[in-house]
Amino acid sequence: MTGAPSPATSPLLHATSLERRFGAARVLRGISLTVSPGECHLIVGPNGAGKSTLLRILAGLARPNGGAVSLRGTVPGREPASRRAVGLLSHQSHLYDDLSAAENLAFAARLHGMPDPEGAARDRLAALGLLERADEPVRRLSRGLLQRVAIARALLHEPTLLLLDEPFTGLDPHATSQVTTMLRAELQRGAAVVLVSHEVREAWPLATHAYALIRGEWALAGPVAGSADQFLARYREAMDG
Amino acid sequence: MPDRVAARRIASRGLVLIAVGLVALAGIYLLALRFTPVERFQGLPQKIFYVHVPAAWSALLAFSLVGIASGLYLWLRDPRLDRFAESTASVGLMFSIIMLTTGPLWGKPVWGTWWEWDARLTFTLILFFLFLGYRALRGALADPEERARFSAVVGILGLVLVPFVHLTVYLFRTVHPQPIVLKPSEPSLPWEMLRTLLASLAAFTVLLVGFIMTRYGLGDGENLGNGEDRGKGEAYGR
Amino acid sequence: MGEFLGVALAVAAKDLRVERRSKTALVSALAFAVLTLVIFNFARDAASLSRTAMAPSVLWITFAFSGVIALNRSFTLERENAALDGLLMAPVSRGALFVGKYLANLAFVFAVETVALPLFVVFFGVDLRGAAGGVILVAVLATAGFVAVGTVFAAMTVRTRFAELMLPLLLLPFMLPPVTWAVQATARLLSGRPASEIAGWIRLLGLYDLVFITACLLVFPSLMDE
Repeated sequence: MTGAPSPATSPLLHATSLERRFGAARVLRGISLTVSPGECHLIVGPNGAGKSTLLRILAGLARPNGGAVSLRGTVPGREPASRRAVGLLSHQSHLYDDLSAAENLAFAARLHGMPDPEGAARDRLAALGLLERADEPVRRLSRGLLQRVAIARALLHEPTLLLLDEPFTGLDPHATSQVTTMLRAELQRGAAVVLVSHEVREAWPLATHAYALIRGEWALAGPVAGSADQFLARYREAMDG
Repeated sequence: MPDRVAARRIASRGLVLIAVGLVALAGIYLLALRFTPVERFQGLPQKIFYVHVPAAWSALLAFSLVGIASGLYLWLRDPRLDRFAESTASVGLMFSIIMLTTGPLWGKPVWGTWWEWDARLTFTLILFFLFLGYRALRGALADPEERARFSAVVGILGLVLVPFVHLTVYLFRTVHPQPIVLKPSEPSLPWEMLRTLLASLAAFTVLLVGFIMTRYGLGDGENLGNGEDRGKGEAYGR
Repeated sequence: MGEFLGVALAVAAKDLRVERRSKTALVSALAFAVLTLVIFNFARDAASLSRTAMAPSVLWITFAFSGVIALNRSFTLERENAALDGLLMAPVSRGALFVGKYLANLAFVFAVETVALPLFVVFFGVDLRGAAGGVILVAVLATAGFVAVGTVFAAMTVRTRFAELMLPLLLLPFMLPPVTWAVQATARLLSGRPASEIAGWIRLLGLYDLVFITACLLVFPSLMDE
């Protein structure tokens, strides 16, 4: 849980001075970030601050207008092979409503070239307690269940870098603790996590670094020090300032 | 801002070219009416040929330029290429409309109908729809980078389509022979007519270039009012 | 190569499975095809135009427009829940995604044509004897061409506000060559001309397919990635 990178661990993800504009609005200004294996970077911020955009850029789905991102030395998303290392959870589920959770995950597993797609899908769904409803069309699932299926999909191929946009939304306390346990296991496995969340208290036990993204810039950034409440207090100060 | 100054300069040079072209066109008009022999079978209405043919050629030239600029854009991703493609497509749309409206004006007295499926008219009609589609797609996409990329794809696929349209239209024509056949390049055309035609072609090309430059320089509805700077590298706020 | 094809087939299979469950595109395209055939039957004036003269055009107008309807759904399915992002995050080439979508679209349009053709034969009293093979070959070739371009344009227009209008507007000029050639060839086949006469059109259709399938494969990645 301390996650301070050992000298032997080189950074997995390195973002420098990222700039992103939509028309005249500068959504990201001078954002830098370095993520090493075993680290969990928590990003907090008001809606529309650019958090989702940042994740998309780190995932390689969008290009920055300025600055650079490097994932193990390459630009994210460019080479098909480099995408293997990343798992993305965004606001949208990336699921096909008419297919079941099992079918959705098996399809994703097939795309990732996993040897036993159906098996891998079921295993991952079982780990998140979703087997019971794994064969129903996903459109029939509640928000919370859907969220868990989406998380399962993101983790399916055991990515080295997890980019999670509000993973705890819609989850009841039991599900939240299931997800937290799963994420902790991933971190111990050596994965790195960049986590955007409003639920600071839920995410705090996992976090090694915490940031506040306000109006496109880091208002707070650095290794975790103190409690969640202390961080939230500083965040509120930064928001009022 | 140096790029804005450069853009204005291009626009003003473009306006000069348009002026020159229009004067030339007036000259052609005179040339065609007073100094070119009247065609034996079609009489006076045939003279619209000197506007009709160059307008069609200009539309095709414009379309080819759009296609080439589109291909270059997808390769180099320079926003100026996108802006050039957009300008050329707008001007091409205008020229094809001119051609499609002058065609029936000529057709009615000569053929007796407003429209005939002759090769050149049909070909230009299809170009018109391609320009229109290009324009409509651009209008429907808000993000400048996406708009540039997507319209470039349409542009280049359109250019690939042109030879096939040519094949279709000319194949169709040989199957259904037209009452009046007017070949685009007519080696047996008497010198006076050929001279007028070539002069008209030159005037139209000058006009085409002038309009493209003016449009490029002045910008358009896409870039104005977005707070984006026009010119090199700034079109998308990059 | 095997991986490329494997991914393409997985994508196509997924599309077909989704369509089997939701049945949105196929039903509307089929309904449109049947309706078009019925309308054409009532629209013609029995005295002025014989059935056989109109037949090839009617067939191809039906194929073309119901094809566009089937193509529309191709990427609307990926738009829901941003499923396309899920595809783009996978370690697969964009070309493989294109081929997968293309194959699924072909399957849909062929399915519509397979239903429409017999209906057409029945409604228009067409004598297909001997010409059936040729008509089907022409249909396959022409369809393969415009579905390729249609797949690319569907990927684009899904991002626009009036996708259902934009797709036909963009696609129709591209459909003109293959459809007109198909009409010409079909007309000759139905009037009993020998197969050798339509060889030229078959070659043209093949050329169109070759050129455009390649071109679409090459430009599709530009649509997917910034």
